[in-house]
Amino acid sequence: MEKFKKIESNAIPLPMVNVDTDMIIPKQFLKTIKRTGLGKNLFYELRYDEKDAPIDSFVLNQDKYKDSQILITGKNFGCGSSREHAPWSILDYGIKCIIASSFADIFYNNCFKNGILPIKLDESEVTKLQKAAENSLSFTIDLENQKISYFDKNINHEVSFELDKAKKTSLLEGLDDIGLTLAKVNHISDFENKQKSTTPWLYSQQIK
Amino acid sequence: MSTPKTLYDKIWNDHLVSENEDGTSIIYIDRHLVHEVTSPQAFEGLKIANRSVRKPNFTLATADHNIPTTNRDEGISDPESKLQVDTLEENCKEHGITFLSMSDKRQGIVHIIGPEQGFTQPGMTIVCGDSHTSTHGAFGALAWGIGTSEVEHVLATQTLVQTKAKNMQINIQGELPLGVTAKDIVLKIIQTIGTAGGTGYVIEYTGDAIKSLTMEGRMTVCNMSIEAGARAGLISPDEKTIEYLKGRPFSPAENEYQSASDYWLSLASDEGAAYDKTVNIDASDIIPQVTWGTSPEDVVSIDGLVPNPEDERDETKKKSMIRALEYMGLVPNTPLKEVKVDKVFIGSCTNGRIEDLRAASKIAKDRKVADHVNAIIVPGSGLVKQQAEEEGLDKIFIESGFEWREPGCSMCLAMNADKLKPQERCASTSNRNFEGRQGRGGRTHLMSPAMAAAAAINGKLSDCREI
Repeated sequence: MEKFKKIESNAIPLPMVNVDTDMIIPKQFLKTIKRTGLGKNLFYELRYDEKDAPIDSFVLNQDKYKDSQILITGKNFGCGSSREHAPWSILDYGIKCIIASSFADIFYNNCFKNGILPIKLDESEVTKLQKAAENSLSFTIDLENQKISYFDKNINHEVSFELDKAKKTSLLEGLDDIGLTLAKVNHISDFENKQKSTTPWLYSQQIK
Repeated sequence: MSTPKTLYDKIWNDHLVSENEDGTSIIYIDRHLVHEVTSPQAFEGLKIANRSVRKPNFTLATADHNIPTTNRDEGISDPESKLQVDTLEENCKEHGITFLSMSDKRQGIVHIIGPEQGFTQPGMTIVCGDSHTSTHGAFGALAWGIGTSEVEHVLATQTLVQTKAKNMQINIQGELPLGVTAKDIVLKIIQTIGTAGGTGYVIEYTGDAIKSLTMEGRMTVCNMSIEAGARAGLISPDEKTIEYLKGRPFSPAENEYQSASDYWLSLASDEGAAYDKTVNIDASDIIPQVTWGTSPEDVVSIDGLVPNPEDERDETKKKSMIRALEYMGLVPNTPLKEVKVDKVFIGSCTNGRIEDLRAASKIAKDRKVADHVNAIIVPGSGLVKQQAEEEGLDKIFIESGFEWREPGCSMCLAMNADKLKPQERCASTSNRNFEGRQGRGGRTHLMSPAMAAAAAINGKLSDCREI
């Protein structure tokens, strides 16, 4: 996983609540056996009409947001299925940070596995940032110092955000989770040996 | 005396491998279910890093999301779906994982076959790259859905790095009225706490109404925990659980069954154990429920009206209601019972079990599906299908005008050929009414199997108790 670096970009405002993973990446694109190439289908049914033509009014189709790396959206973002195709499509499109008042658990977790930073803020704060995003202001996302900043009419605004320490480190260092766990393989073997004696039926009736 | 513990605390403690310096924990995973859609990239990741599967014998795979429910002997015609299913089969062969193929009669939806095979047992930790893994919580197993990166993590290490969730108790007191089912309970719960109400929690369902449910009904409730935002739902194991698992292929052998059962019963939450939050719902207040909108919390009773956004004070909610009603093609204040349906889907990991088919068949018997309705029944597994055929349910359905299909996820998520056309309206026993979920522009109303069958017969949303 790539290390998470400071982001400077304008932000896409998507003031919708309960954006589900079917909306983020519809099922017809889940048939891939690859992680890449999904960005063009991000928000497919909101973004293209039934003849595959871009819907001009949808925010992702507006030129000024073409290179945005930040998405600002409504509460309970990413609810629904566990499909990691959702963060894959977001990342492949070029978005590396999502700001909302809340996220669905599985989606939130999946973001960190892919180097995406989901930021939770109070709803009133998100609404302010939405407005700034609509005016296409440029934001800086500084994970190291846990700060979002932007200039509005020459005034510098700063917003701090909370983040679990382990998740922060994992993003900043681009850590290989599996490698880290495998470094503790002795603990896993010890656990299995103990479990074999306390709940032996878990080991005697295995799938053959 | 030690502090009283909840069912969740006990399973968590029994699976703690080690605690990391950063406050996270390594949790052992007893069983892993794998399907074709969320696994190919995980196996690819293993290959790239030159890693192997730690416990192939604790892993069970099947194809369910992508497979056709008709003309199985012709194979899978969609080349992408075929590639995905073939890839799973090859990966399983390479790593020594049992794969139940489309031609195996034990094949079915992962969350149906786990319990059916006795692969799911109380006190276990179970994961799958699918959000409805919460289903297995009905057995008192801590079961939750994971993304593909975590699928890879489990394949390689048989563990996951986790932070302990908060614990919510949802207590359903009293007796369920006649004609009201597990599906109505869970829809009522989601309406009450909202689709984000369970975020950050593991829910334990308690109370007389939960205890009175069959294992099938308990699975329906736990299945939709995720629609309430909770990754996992739990119900304490009891005599029904023990009875259900007896003699199943992967259940503990006879000589170990007693000690296993004793352990299972010991997992029940201790008296006085503390929950972070408790919600009480009175079962006797619940009547058959249906959804009207595009979120599983958009629930009303069948004798109600399509809600009016003008009555909503919260501006954001009002906006999303207007959008949902427009998408659903519904006019505020219309009685639900006047809403016509075009399609009916009975199946899915929520309601594709034998009890669900029995309930639907009782409504269908000696009646005809309305002329304008296309209704399909998709059993949750090959064994459910076989059982239903032994009981003659298939004949009842076919005589009524329902289509009798092969098992799979089918129109719950419409990855295969079973999908709605734009603006088609469906009475569905599945779990999500999201925009486009059952096909682009398709309109989904969630309900119980008896309610869906009643909608098929009357050609519109109906109260199954009035048939």
